[in-house]
Amino acid sequence: MHAHANKDVYYVPPPSIWPLVGSVALLTLAVGFVLHLNKMPAGPYVMALGAGILLTMLFGWFGAVIKESLAGKYSAQVDRSFRWGMVWFIFSELLFFTGFFGALFYARTIAGPSLEDSQMLWPGFTASWPTAGPGAPAGATISPVDPWGLPALNTLILLLSGATVTWAHWGLQKNKQLQLKLGLAVTIALGILFISLQIHEYAEAAFTIRDGIYGATFYMLTGFHGFHVILGTVMLGVIFVRALAGHFTPERHFAFEAVAWYWHFVDVIWLLLFVFVYWV
Amino acid sequence: MNTTTVNDTAGHHDEHGAPPGIMRWLTSTNHKDIGSLYLWFSLFMFFFAGALAMLIRAELFQPGLQLFQPGVFNQLTTMHGLIMIFGAIMPALVGFANWQLPLMIGASDMAFPRLNNWSFWLLPAAGILLIATFFVPGGAIAGGWTMYPPLFMQGGIAYDMSIMAIHILGISSIMGAINIIVTILNMRAPGMGLMKMPLFVWTWLITAFLLVAVMPVLACAITMLLTDRNFGTHFFDAAAGGDAVMYQHIFWFFGHPEVYIMILPAFGIVSTIIPAFARKPLFGYVSMVYAVASIAFLSFIVWAHHMFTTGMPVAGQLFFMYTTMLIAIPTGVKVFNWVATLWRGSITFETPMLFSLAFVFLFAIGGFSGMVLALVPVDIQLQDTYYVVAHFHYVLFSGSAMAIMGGVYYWLPKWTGHMYNEKLGKLHFWLTAIAFNITFFPMHFLGLAGMPRRIPDYALQFAEFNMISSLGGFLLGASQLLFLYIVIKCVRGGTPAGNRPWDGADTLEWTQTSPPPYHSFVTPPLVK
Repeated sequence: MHAHANKDVYYVPPPSIWPLVGSVALLTLAVGFVLHLNKMPAGPYVMALGAGILLTMLFGWFGAVIKESLAGKYSAQVDRSFRWGMVWFIFSELLFFTGFFGALFYARTIAGPSLEDSQMLWPGFTASWPTAGPGAPAGATISPVDPWGLPALNTLILLLSGATVTWAHWGLQKNKQLQLKLGLAVTIALGILFISLQIHEYAEAAFTIRDGIYGATFYMLTGFHGFHVILGTVMLGVIFVRALAGHFTPERHFAFEAVAWYWHFVDVIWLLLFVFVYWV
Repeated sequence: MNTTTVNDTAGHHDEHGAPPGIMRWLTSTNHKDIGSLYLWFSLFMFFFAGALAMLIRAELFQPGLQLFQPGVFNQLTTMHGLIMIFGAIMPALVGFANWQLPLMIGASDMAFPRLNNWSFWLLPAAGILLIATFFVPGGAIAGGWTMYPPLFMQGGIAYDMSIMAIHILGISSIMGAINIIVTILNMRAPGMGLMKMPLFVWTWLITAFLLVAVMPVLACAITMLLTDRNFGTHFFDAAAGGDAVMYQHIFWFFGHPEVYIMILPAFGIVSTIIPAFARKPLFGYVSMVYAVASIAFLSFIVWAHHMFTTGMPVAGQLFFMYTTMLIAIPTGVKVFNWVATLWRGSITFETPMLFSLAFVFLFAIGGFSGMVLALVPVDIQLQDTYYVVAHFHYVLFSGSAMAIMGGVYYWLPKWTGHMYNEKLGKLHFWLTAIAFNITFFPMHFLGLAGMPRRIPDYALQFAEFNMISSLGGFLLGASQLLFLYIVIKCVRGGTPAGNRPWDGADTLEWTQTSPPPYHSFVTPPLVK
């Protein structure tokens, strides 16, 4: 295996056990989750086993990719494949959030008002937002989170983190490794700060996921976003460790860019959340 | 297409053949092996879901409850649909993509070979979860493959298992689709511009785009089902401000592109086979590409035609009726081009061509009944009747499935290196085509007369047509055993096929040996 000979040939990896391990992991996780949902005591243990197998797979698989990358097996064409792949992955994530935003818009602008227009429930029924539903106990109102409190602060934090990761990228492009590491560290810290504030907001909120369609859409959208921020922070952590190990050069740093794109994507979703879930 | 054949043993390093034994299949990074895995998996699921269909037809052979309790019957229809769509048709088409795309664009493999293997091996994981639902307390899911709430809220553990299975299938589809898009965009041989790609490649590029766009939306819909069932959310509960109709909107925003995901690659297969056996280039290549793209675009704005009876403003009904009828235009362009390709061609009627011609004719019938259903006043009469069942079997069986069978006969010589038995192939075709029509044509009449679908019993006046339909169904099922026999026999041996057994076949895979070397096009060929 000579790295220099690979420049004109698309690298096709040798047979690998990791995809199969990944399938076993997801099946185990799914079975454990179903058992847990149906109140069977084995559930959490099976899930833990599945998560363990999944982590093993992630370490093994990404480890193999990093090793191949450092060995110079990836031509410019392979690099383009990775870029296209990440773009389309983010596109699919965007559509995932689109579905939940669609549910929010539908419930708020179509389902409720059409009940008010048709007056099918009872005379004088008015649709309101936020709502716990027409069937909620009398007097049950939802007091939403004030957008100009924590959510506004969180918006600033995420926007700032978008700037710091770009600053880190500038450092990388000029091969200023210290600026790269510093930028990444600050970005990760901002990510953790965001998650902490979000947990605080959940703890303080006056309504739960069980409180009508408002509670459902609020926690589903912000919850999945929060999950993506956690994922993004972990990915930034991996990139930080790789930056410490000196894996990235101004010419070759696709992994860094992929994570930065992902981070910006999570940022954009947050802006939409801030406008449509918290504000208007 | 003019190509220069390249001897691709030159410059081949990083040499790795297939590992011995089972590990070849478990750990594969080879698009041909993974393609074969997809095709075998899909054939197995085709027979499994087909067996469910046989049980359905056995129950409907006579009026009255014969074999199953209504609850079990509902499980059979639901799982037949779910497994045929996600376990048989989609994996078969991805199998074709795996085998053919790299060969047709002159690439050494798929863009992400390891991810490719994961996409496949997630399917058995989901398949185990789905099939296991038959053996859990309460049995499999029974509310129809569309999983509408509130019915879906009421079932047992099988419902959670099915949601997880569909999540896994979705992950597989999204990763597979990304792989296909990247392969097509980034791995074409030098000189193969987008408008020089074989039409099969074009149809898969557009299909993969649809998959990446709508599988996440399905994931979103079934996640809401999961949380409504288990975590106290009220997305589909009207008392708490949710709306069960909202589920239908989100589901069909996925569901309608999904039906084109199952037909566009079939268009691609037929558009490859017809020119080969008419010995003429495909008529109107450019218009074919634009037609496929238009169908894909329209698929995003027609979803509510599945819901004309669930309640929507007249303006909505009109919008979705007209957009649905618009689809007839690009589809008509395609049918016209297939017929024009045949015009003054030097036609021979080998098995792949027979399947393709039957496809054009029978799919057109399914398309026309789709036009009938697009009309709101008519649809309100026909919603959930056997007319709908007839319609979607004409597009899914005589459309997708028969195109897949034609494609299998067309490429089996390339994949195995042997010719299949032409006599048996033709016998399989005629049995399938005739039995298919005996099974499904009477369903049009049953539906027009008002027989509802998904019901284990029916009024006496429907008895004759149901008996005819069941007899046809048994013949259709039995004929597929012949298909299995022909395929296995061809894999095991037969007359050597040579590089290019079909006179009119001019895509890149025919420049390779049959079967192609384990690693083909390691150095990309030059396309002129």
